[in-house]
Amino acid sequence: MAVLELQGISKHFGAIQALIDVDVGLERGEVLGLMGDNGAGKSTLVKVIAGNFPPNGGEIRIDGEVAHFHRPVEAREKGIEVVYQDLALCNNLTAAANVFLGREIKRSIGPIRWLNHGAMYKRAGELFGELKSETRPRHLVRQMSGGQRQAVAIARTRLSNAKIVLMDEPTAAISVRQVAEVLDLIRRLRDSGIAVVLISHRMPDVFAVCDRVVVLRRGRKVADKAIKASSPEEVTGLITGAIHVA
Amino acid sequence: MSLETRLRSVGKEARRTQAAPVGDPVLDTHEKTIFEKLIGTQAFWVTMALLIICVVMSIREPVFATEDNFFNITRNFAFIGVMALGMTPVIITGGIDLSVGSVMGLVAIVCGLVLLKQPIPWMPDWWNDATWTHSWWMALALGLLAGVIVGLINGVLIAYVGLPPFVVTLGMLSIARAVAVVLSGNRMLYDFRPDQAPKFKIIGGGQNLGLDQLFGADFPFRLSNPFLILVVLTITLGIVLRMTGWGRHIFAIGGNEQAANLTGVPVKRVKVQAYVICSLSAALAAILSVGWSGSANNSLGQSYELLAIASAVIGGANLMGGEGGAYAAFIGSALIFVIRNSLLMAGVDSNWQGLFVGSFIILAVVLERIRGKRRE
Repeated sequence: MAVLELQGISKHFGAIQALIDVDVGLERGEVLGLMGDNGAGKSTLVKVIAGNFPPNGGEIRIDGEVAHFHRPVEAREKGIEVVYQDLALCNNLTAAANVFLGREIKRSIGPIRWLNHGAMYKRAGELFGELKSETRPRHLVRQMSGGQRQAVAIARTRLSNAKIVLMDEPTAAISVRQVAEVLDLIRRLRDSGIAVVLISHRMPDVFAVCDRVVVLRRGRKVADKAIKASSPEEVTGLITGAIHVA
Repeated sequence: MSLETRLRSVGKEARRTQAAPVGDPVLDTHEKTIFEKLIGTQAFWVTMALLIICVVMSIREPVFATEDNFFNITRNFAFIGVMALGMTPVIITGGIDLSVGSVMGLVAIVCGLVLLKQPIPWMPDWWNDATWTHSWWMALALGLLAGVIVGLINGVLIAYVGLPPFVVTLGMLSIARAVAVVLSGNRMLYDFRPDQAPKFKIIGGGQNLGLDQLFGADFPFRLSNPFLILVVLTITLGIVLRMTGWGRHIFAIGGNEQAANLTGVPVKRVKVQAYVICSLSAALAAILSVGWSGSANNSLGQSYELLAIASAVIGGANLMGGEGGAYAAFIGSALIFVIRNSLLMAGVDSNWQGLFVGSFIILAVVLERIRGKRRE
């Protein structure tokens, strides 16, 4: 059964139709590449799934159950985690503090609650270990490379029992070597049975890790096919409109 | 080369780099020792500067190292220190509160009016006739309440309406002072009720928190109540910033407000709380100050906002947000007042003090820049 099913999702902002009747399904352990030109509706679709804004029409189903998200927290409770384009990290905090931001581990005596630094450093270290990242829990994010920052942002999604991880342009603006690191992280998420939606402009990344590619153009889905059955040339054509529908 | 073959070569490249160790060579991976961390902080160097000034002054001026002078300096900087502590969470979130000096004036007048012997013409008779409405605890409670109200207005306008902190608190600087002047009828209030005023005055004017009287023992030292309260609050804020979720969120907001919001930190609520704490600390400073001086003046606290901000910044708080600490505020205010005291003793015209305080603020920011550069 599909872990995530979108049926006839539409979203408009005033007169602008950002998404028109989009259907997408996602299986467990599947990596879906979501491609499209700027303004094609990729980010809007991700934000609809993540609960940033409700769709004007259509249905979202998680494990077959219809879900209505009004706030991002509700989507998170259903097992949807997002890695944002700008990573949403605080440079002045440590890696561990960023991983646990908003969900800190605490100790308590009666009503008095305080942070359990030790447990958070330990758990963050374990998560980085699982992701096979060199990131150290006690280091400040400010001092980290792009790849390590990605590891922090991705480790955050591993805190809860996420079923679906949405990644918005995780490989934009980082070096080639760090891209390889991030793609590896995505493969590890997939191997642990998590469904990943990867939004990217970078054709090589999508063809390196994705099982399937969905192409959006002007808010409409114009292609949804297995990566093996497609080619970068075809996808490029679909994105630009040179190829109409596939 | 076709796109596909190029793709394949990128894939290979990726696989090759996976095999290589992924650690970033530029990054220094060794964990810093506590000592290394310590000397990396501005507060440490300010403490050193403070100690050096104290040693030099003790040698040059015999009066400096006396118990009386110590009592006076620690009390004098306590008022600013308490405000700097309250200012610290606001600065860490990347905000600023310019209204604290005026809040002091307002709170002083509120306390003064409660304690006043004469009836207040614009208050209802039942208020003027009752005794509990003029008790020392009523003065304390209403003073703190006035602080909370101002903080709430600041915080809501900044966090929920989304106005810039600088503008909101600049407006409040003017408003709170004006209300203080109007409420007081532009008079100094000092003719207090003889039965209640002494109890109120002991809060700010007493020493050793009254513990020596309580236990009937003679303490070997003499420390003013304001200073002891400052010490307690410094320790409390230090623990709160480091050990609570709230403290963590304050830093997160200053580091990346958008990120804090996305990860589920209640950004708006935390910001309002920061501004309320800031105003509350100014109210407390005013209560201590009225107790110490025995009079309430609507001009109390004029330009103190600058001293409070300067204290936090000199100690190492970053006006861009994300950095700061309780001890930083404490030591920053101590440095400012020891320098003032030293200049007075050295016979430097007191009009020059502003120049030194201002230079120290700029110097502190320059130091912060240099440290920031080295870190990158």
